[in-house]
Amino acid sequence: MSLAEVVLIIIWVGVSAYGVFGGADFGGGMWDLVAGPAERGAAPRRLIERSIGPVWEANHVWLIFILVYLWTGFPRAFTAIAVTMYIPLTLAALGIILRGSGFAFRKWARNTEQARFWGAMFAGASLITPFFLGTIAGGVASGRVPSVVGDGDPITSWLNPTSILGGVMAVVMCAFLAAVLLAREAERGHDQDLVTYFRRRALVAGTIAGASTFIGIWVLRADAPDLFDGLTSLPDAVVIGISVIAGLSTLALLSRHAHGTARVTATFATVAILWGWAVGQYPDVLPGYLTIDQAAASDAALIALIGAFVLAGAIAVPALLFLFKLTEEGMLAEGSVASSASTAALLDRLSAESSASQGADEPGA
Amino acid sequence: MIATLAAAASELDFLAARNQMAVTLGFHIIFAALGIGFPLITLLAHRRGYKHSDPDALRLAQRWGKTMAVLFAVGAVSGTILSFEMGILWPGLMGPFGEVIGLPFALEGVSFFTEAIFIGIYLYGWNRLSARIHYLTLYPIVIAGITGSLFIVSVNAWMNNPAGFTLLADGSVTDVEPLAAMFNAGTTVQYLHMLLAAYMVAGFLVAGVYAWAWLKGRRERIIRLGFTIAFTVAAVAAPLQIVVGDIAARRLIESQPAKFASIELLPETTTNAPLTIGGVLRDGEVVGAIEIPGIGSLLGTFSLDGELPGLDSIPVEDRPSERATNIVHWTFQIMVACGMALLALAAWYAWTWWRRRDLPPNRWFWRASAIAGVVAVIAMETGWITTELGRQPWVAQDVLRTVDAVTPAGGIVWSLLILTIVYLGLGAATLIVLTRIARQFQSGDTVTTPYGPPEGGAHESR
Repeated sequence: MSLAEVVLIIIWVGVSAYGVFGGADFGGGMWDLVAGPAERGAAPRRLIERSIGPVWEANHVWLIFILVYLWTGFPRAFTAIAVTMYIPLTLAALGIILRGSGFAFRKWARNTEQARFWGAMFAGASLITPFFLGTIAGGVASGRVPSVVGDGDPITSWLNPTSILGGVMAVVMCAFLAAVLLAREAERGHDQDLVTYFRRRALVAGTIAGASTFIGIWVLRADAPDLFDGLTSLPDAVVIGISVIAGLSTLALLSRHAHGTARVTATFATVAILWGWAVGQYPDVLPGYLTIDQAAASDAALIALIGAFVLAGAIAVPALLFLFKLTEEGMLAEGSVASSASTAALLDRLSAESSASQGADEPGA
Repeated sequence: MIATLAAAASELDFLAARNQMAVTLGFHIIFAALGIGFPLITLLAHRRGYKHSDPDALRLAQRWGKTMAVLFAVGAVSGTILSFEMGILWPGLMGPFGEVIGLPFALEGVSFFTEAIFIGIYLYGWNRLSARIHYLTLYPIVIAGITGSLFIVSVNAWMNNPAGFTLLADGSVTDVEPLAAMFNAGTTVQYLHMLLAAYMVAGFLVAGVYAWAWLKGRRERIIRLGFTIAFTVAAVAAPLQIVVGDIAARRLIESQPAKFASIELLPETTTNAPLTIGGVLRDGEVVGAIEIPGIGSLLGTFSLDGELPGLDSIPVEDRPSERATNIVHWTFQIMVACGMALLALAAWYAWTWWRRRDLPPNRWFWRASAIAGVVAVIAMETGWITTELGRQPWVAQDVLRTVDAVTPAGGIVWSLLILTIVYLGLGAATLIVLTRIARQFQSGDTVTTPYGPPEGGAHESR
């Protein structure tokens, strides 16, 4: 395996992580969007907010990671994609701005109107961002990004059947993944109504995802025959098969109320689609234009990237696992009752002591 | 005719691309500075609260943490846009040189990752995490801010002092050495300059909020404590910044003489060069300036007869326009003036503390402190304009021209327009939300703001 391939695998680890963690956060935003009027939607929205809150910024970093690794490891491919796809990239960038700030600002809404405004901004942007990222993936996969900067068509490169399929698939998979995770989250909070609420939505989204996959195969056959050939022949057919099986298992597990296991299989289904895409266009970075070897940066740069990844594995990954462990244990539940060893309890104690000592001083003064 | 129109259009797109970078970076840098400086201030407050059983300090840390969360979110998203733009707007830079400058970006990613993770833990860990662990999570946030800014600034330092590669005749790059690129000749000084700027911006901005409250008659201990912690950070950074800034400027004589000549408004290479205050360059002549003979040379070379490079030392085709020179001269002077004013304010504070162990009682001190944060931001922004515009026409000094780095795609004017509108809205919304946070803390100290709808059932009770 060449250094370039190692770096590409690292990039795809990042793509998978962003697809799963970032995807679930986007999906949460989508379910927020369709949760209905303020009163009816309050309970699901609160669950979504609680499950996204502590983690979304960390999950978001994977996107930056992908961009940086792409431009360092495969600079020609990166600039070709960025220049050709500047319209959907700018739109996705706008979505990222609106989503993050809408989410952060909503916490400080003065009333329902304001909360609705910021909430709609967060939720709407959660829908358009993965859509445009998906159209970019579709455009790249169907060979619409030439390697010479400026040769790509700024419109049809992302407004074409495969890109639309990519966008729709991204949206549907995010929604599916999020619903499964939220059902599990609701189960941990012992909220049976919400469990049912999200399980139903997971089943619907999963069914739509499955249907889109089958429709998608026909779209690809007509629009991107090379990609279709790749996906339907070995070894990629195995990867796609895993995704389909994982997706179907998720539906079966959900109807049997096994939410914990469903979470694992749903993750598998998502990751398998992303790796299916990678295997489908191997050994090209830009199908039809640029292979991995042609696009790769110098060995020194690739080694530096691998080194940085090892460093990330040593520093950021344990920290990330710590974060996930704390979330899982409910240690980062903002609205919960303070435990006696916490800072909040310490603050209460200190405040009580200081007001008591002030009270004791006063009569003497 | 058509060729002229096309040239005009591409000229317009080129300007639009530069302006889009300026708008988005100029916006992000404020939040980046706060993302570096605010955690340190919060750590100091939390440390005091936790180690010395000070409830006021702990309450400050809690408030600042919540404010930091909003600022960090805006910083995170506005920073992401920049990494998009590196490719969208500047393929001519990222194509050949992406592999040269990629390592620090990757390492910055690790820093930012760490920061984002521990900010999540700190913000949401108040109620359930053990107080000790909770306190300790602030350290990685502060450290990640320190390392992250090193990596990002090293890239800008590389643009000013390109290193770590060999350029071939066809414009491609070989012999890439990522570490040599990262630790180029300019990295240390420029990094310290930015780190101190971040501490000054964050310190003075936060202190300003409490100075404002003081002016409105609030004299509680928590107000004075909040002011003291934040102001002390900025006041310590201010004198160091003058020293580092001075070293940074002197470096330019060798590394970027055109930038230096613009800053000093020197059309001709001279010994016994004056210090030029104000004024503009018009048709090669300095007009309307106060010139103090010899002081320019003295500051630049420690000798009255020292030779300073003028614009005439730069080949004509590489020379900055008079317009650019004038802007650079003025932004530099505004930056220095702001820095000196802030140093004076810090000295006032230090003097009073030394003599009386108390905060200055004079209202003018508090009025000045209330706007010191804005002054610090102006200094930082004018400093960035100086270093970026002062390097033109180069994007990487003497290696790549900005015009050769820009995207061939059209329509950048539109994305500039849309992004400018969005950023104006975002800036306004951030200010509104921050005002609301401050007001809420002052009025009732309801520290948990419930999620909006519905009005009645909004309280988190589970």
